[in-house]
Amino acid sequence: MKTLEDLKKLRDESLKAMEMRYLRNGVRIQVGMGTCGIAAGARPVLQKFIEETSSHNMNNVIITQVGCMGECAFEPIVEIVEQDGTKTTYCKVSERMVYEIVEEHLINGRRLDRYMLSAVKK
Amino acid sequence: MLERMQILICGGTGCLSSHSKDIQKEFDRVLTEMGLHDEVKLVLTGCFGLCEKGPVVIVYPDETFYSHVQVADVAEICEEHVLKGRIVERLTVKDPIDKTKVKNFSELNFYAKQRRIALRNCGNINPSDIKEYIARDGYAALGKVLTSMTPVQVVEEVKKSGLRGRGGAGFPTGLKWEFASKSTDDIKYVICNADEGDPGAFMDRSVLEGDPHSVLEAMTICGYAIGAHQGYIYVRAEYPVAVERLNHAIRESHEMRLLGEDIFGSGFHFDIELRLGAGAFVCGEETALMASIEGQRGMPRLKPPFPAVKGLWGHPTNVNNVETFANVPVIFLKGADWFRGIGTEKSTGTKVFALGGKIANTGLVEVPMGTTLREVIFDIGGGIPNRRRFKAVQTGGPSGGCITEKNLDTPIDFDSMIAMGSMMGSGGMIVMDEDNCMVDVARFYLDFTVDESCGKCTPCREGTRRMLDILNKICAGKGTMEDLDTLESIGNMVKESSLCALGQSAPSPVLSTLKHFRDEYIAHVVDHVCPAGVCANLTNYVVTDHCIGCTKCAKNCPVGAITGSVKQRHFIDLTKCIRCGACKKACPVNAITSKPLPKEVQLNG
Repeated sequence: MKTLEDLKKLRDESLKAMEMRYLRNGVRIQVGMGTCGIAAGARPVLQKFIEETSSHNMNNVIITQVGCMGECAFEPIVEIVEQDGTKTTYCKVSERMVYEIVEEHLINGRRLDRYMLSAVKK
Repeated sequence: MLERMQILICGGTGCLSSHSKDIQKEFDRVLTEMGLHDEVKLVLTGCFGLCEKGPVVIVYPDETFYSHVQVADVAEICEEHVLKGRIVERLTVKDPIDKTKVKNFSELNFYAKQRRIALRNCGNINPSDIKEYIARDGYAALGKVLTSMTPVQVVEEVKKSGLRGRGGAGFPTGLKWEFASKSTDDIKYVICNADEGDPGAFMDRSVLEGDPHSVLEAMTICGYAIGAHQGYIYVRAEYPVAVERLNHAIRESHEMRLLGEDIFGSGFHFDIELRLGAGAFVCGEETALMASIEGQRGMPRLKPPFPAVKGLWGHPTNVNNVETFANVPVIFLKGADWFRGIGTEKSTGTKVFALGGKIANTGLVEVPMGTTLREVIFDIGGGIPNRRRFKAVQTGGPSGGCITEKNLDTPIDFDSMIAMGSMMGSGGMIVMDEDNCMVDVARFYLDFTVDESCGKCTPCREGTRRMLDILNKICAGKGTMEDLDTLESIGNMVKESSLCALGQSAPSPVLSTLKHFRDEYIAHVVDHVCPAGVCANLTNYVVTDHCIGCTKCAKNCPVGAITGSVKQRHFIDLTKCIRCGACKKACPVNAITSKPLPKEVQLNG
């Protein structure tokens, strides 16, 4: 370490690894991981979310797993909770859909109506 | 792959002694078995402060706060929380104040009322990873100081902040730095005083264990300000975790070139070494500390010359306490004015207190100066457990005094504590309830200072010994009223004529208990009764009319001295009783007391 810039660079890099301890707001991605969710393939979905968000360098996202959401027939269910509290519930999420959700919903801010629980259940 | 979860395990000495290292290993094993090892990061941190609830584990990003975690609980946490996202309710803490279950770290009242500056990183970062410290703006203050400030400006900034020494006496840190910087000598030294010796004080240890780099950074800043190139940390050998983490931190700083030659390209060089002390209390006194570093017997010498003029090996030396140093980097990051804005006018910033004794939340708290004792003890500390009543709080360890209920609402700062007949000291706070005998408490502290007196000057060596003899006599029931006066006069003499702060403050616990609890001393001397039931020779346990006849006392008595049948009042045979107090503890309705009763009643008992 020679200069202040070096220090700042290292600080930013290290902070990224610790962000989840300080992040209070931001988008929450909740993956249903009850037995039903896990059986329907929630784990690879969860991992895909982690991969996609980190490859896009998104730092205001918390990925967390929650218990059974009650609609076991539509698992894996993923809820995106926006900073203002609005919730979008996607159901029967596959790894391929994760890619789309991250691209469209999280980056471009367009909700994918066709994957939403309200649409699929009709 | 990015981690989706971080599990912080407390690695302070308190939690380590209740096996937090094994808990970490078990997490490691279970997570590997489940194939989750890559997505969950385990971090062993410094002390979280809420030692009462240890071992403590916090799971991020949910911020779930698990308390009293056992190795056997780890599998359940992994299975339920890490894998399925269900919080293990059983291990979450109950808020001791409003009795509700709390899951989140930030919801705990214990933390809500605190303001953490010196402890800013304790429990938040991995102390063995310099990168985590840097991520929290570590070494940015040093960078700023070395690249954009002159030594005079640095001293001025510290002076402006109003920071006062956190080791006890509260001497303005900026002035100390100024004296050292004005002494002309090619060789100067910076010493960090980590010889924490007060019984019940552990804030310095926690800072060293939880955030060692903050001390290293501050010492380097100090070195630049006063023109020193060598620093020593004088730490007790009985703090092995702190020593290990400090050594590791010094190595890491060297690798990053934040210590050593040409730091930040400024041409300034600084090095830090540890010196281990054998744990003598007197070595916390700065001149004794320096003698110990020099390899001599740890004994204080007359001041002046002050260390800033003639210190270690005859060279100008600046000695500051751990907590004082831990505040320094923040002052340069956020500015002296910001620091002045916290606390009171004459005592700026915050103070860390180690809560111990009869209190619900044993642990470390950091509050702004000017907070009242009531807030610290009742709002943050959770009050006295077991429905007992508050009696007094001993602050400042063996050098301080007792503060009673009537002073609970006085804002705490350096000057108000002295006005109350105690002192800030290093910040140990031992809370006492009605079951503590104040004569016995005074005897305990005096016993400590008698042991720790170095023996150099007569008032301290002989005076404290005589005082202890008198206290032992009183506790044995052989005291006289003249003894109380003798105690007071020897106490004042020792206070005024001792060489160093150890002797000058050693009589304080006796003098302050004599002042506030003279009636208890008189009860010992005149009535031959220890009202709290601590001094065995003076305790006559009696069952009062409140007895409900539950037989618990009789069942718990180890010598079968208690008789009585169910639902009838019980009686204690004082000839058999060994004054162990087991019956008093067992009684559900507080019907057993050692207070003096009218003679007729005692005859019946």
